[in-house]
Amino acid sequence: MLEVSKLIQGDKRTTAKIISLIENEGEGKRELLSKIYPHTGNAHVIGITGSPGAGKSSLTDVLIKQARNNELKVGVIAVDPTSPISGGALLGDRIRMQEHALDKNVFIRSMGTRGCLGGLARATKDVVKVLDAYGCNIIIIETVGVGQSELDIMHYADTTLVVLTPGAGDHIQTIKAGIMEIADIFVINKSDLGNTKKIVTDIEQMLDMSPRYHGKWRPPVVETSTLTGLGIAELWSLMNQHLETSRASGELRVNLRERLKAEVMEMVEENLSKYLWDLFAQNGGIEQVLDDLADRKLDPYTEANRIFQKFFIERGNDNV
Amino acid sequence: MARRIRVLVAKPGLDGHDRGARVIARALRDAGMEVVYTGLHQTPEQIVEAAIQEDVDVVGLSILSGAHMTLFPRVCELLKQNGAEDIMVMGGGTIPEADVKALKEGGWAAELFTPGTTIETIVDWINANVKVD
Repeated sequence: MLEVSKLIQGDKRTTAKIISLIENEGEGKRELLSKIYPHTGNAHVIGITGSPGAGKSSLTDVLIKQARNNELKVGVIAVDPTSPISGGALLGDRIRMQEHALDKNVFIRSMGTRGCLGGLARATKDVVKVLDAYGCNIIIIETVGVGQSELDIMHYADTTLVVLTPGAGDHIQTIKAGIMEIADIFVINKSDLGNTKKIVTDIEQMLDMSPRYHGKWRPPVVETSTLTGLGIAELWSLMNQHLETSRASGELRVNLRERLKAEVMEMVEENLSKYLWDLFAQNGGIEQVLDDLADRKLDPYTEANRIFQKFFIERGNDNV
Repeated sequence: MARRIRVLVAKPGLDGHDRGARVIARALRDAGMEVVYTGLHQTPEQIVEAAIQEDVDVVGLSILSGAHMTLFPRVCELLKQNGAEDIMVMGGGTIPEADVKALKEGGWAAELFTPGTTIETIVDWINANVKVD
């Protein structure tokens, strides 16, 4: 039996086992999370996203160091893609962070996406809660290497860093919808390669054009190099400034409420779906309906309304 | 969601040749497992800590340096000290037959694979020995 009290006390093995249970959708997942939830809400959740090879893992490594210099306890969730062919995954983000493996105040967990397409795993948001209750002051979520539209991280991080590198596209890339809109801070990594001026200017111009940022937090653009350490201290202080600003403006709470709405609705929908499938099974299944749909005797639109009417409206009070 | 077998592939000690480890990591990925690879030059302490945090079922050590008689027992001892002796330890590399026998009999390795082993053999062994409950 996995004990939440041991998680709160900071037992690593228990923490790791709880994460696995959640990842595997194991028996008692919701009960466990409901006991964990009251102990959450203390961590600053940082999202790091960007294309493959932009330096997300190396950046995570140097941010762990910053956090440890400030005597903070750190959790890292590093997500890598699961194979759509085999279901397996090669989780290689730890390689850049092994220097911290023996630090008692650093907990690093790798996750495969397991079919989730938004740049994170389905269980990532719940693993954040586990590490929060475990006592982490800062939790860094490293997404898979993303393209333009894997944007789930914006919902789960308090502060989202979008990592770019010099020479990545012309100014049209910076005004496209998607990833360029979710940054709280733009990080131009590998700035030691030079040629950063163009991308910095492109981003600043893009920000100038957007009324969204007027009178609000305007995402700063910071040049970094994990190789030389350039810009890392500045990035650290901007991350903290962003947290303070969004807490003061109330935006942090607005985002939290949105996140919770999505989470609760997702679980209600799961319940409804299971309830409905159980009812179908008790009523002889839907094979006949599927045949009739395929033969064009029924249409899916009317049928969907009929099913909803039959199982939710007519059965109404005595069944729900 | 079905549970996945999780394996840590690790290169302990000073040998700098990880082609074999990477081939195995890739093959286990293609066999549907989640493989954590921690890179070169790891100490037994780092390996055990990673194994615990990642909650793996199996640790696979790749050793070509000849230090296997020290490294396997050390990893097993540390797992035990941390209450994680249920994590299986297997390995591969250039290990003489007599040492293979000694490590297995001593309980320092559940299984060892030497040069010439097929990938299929290793995948089958893991699938047969990890309990997916």
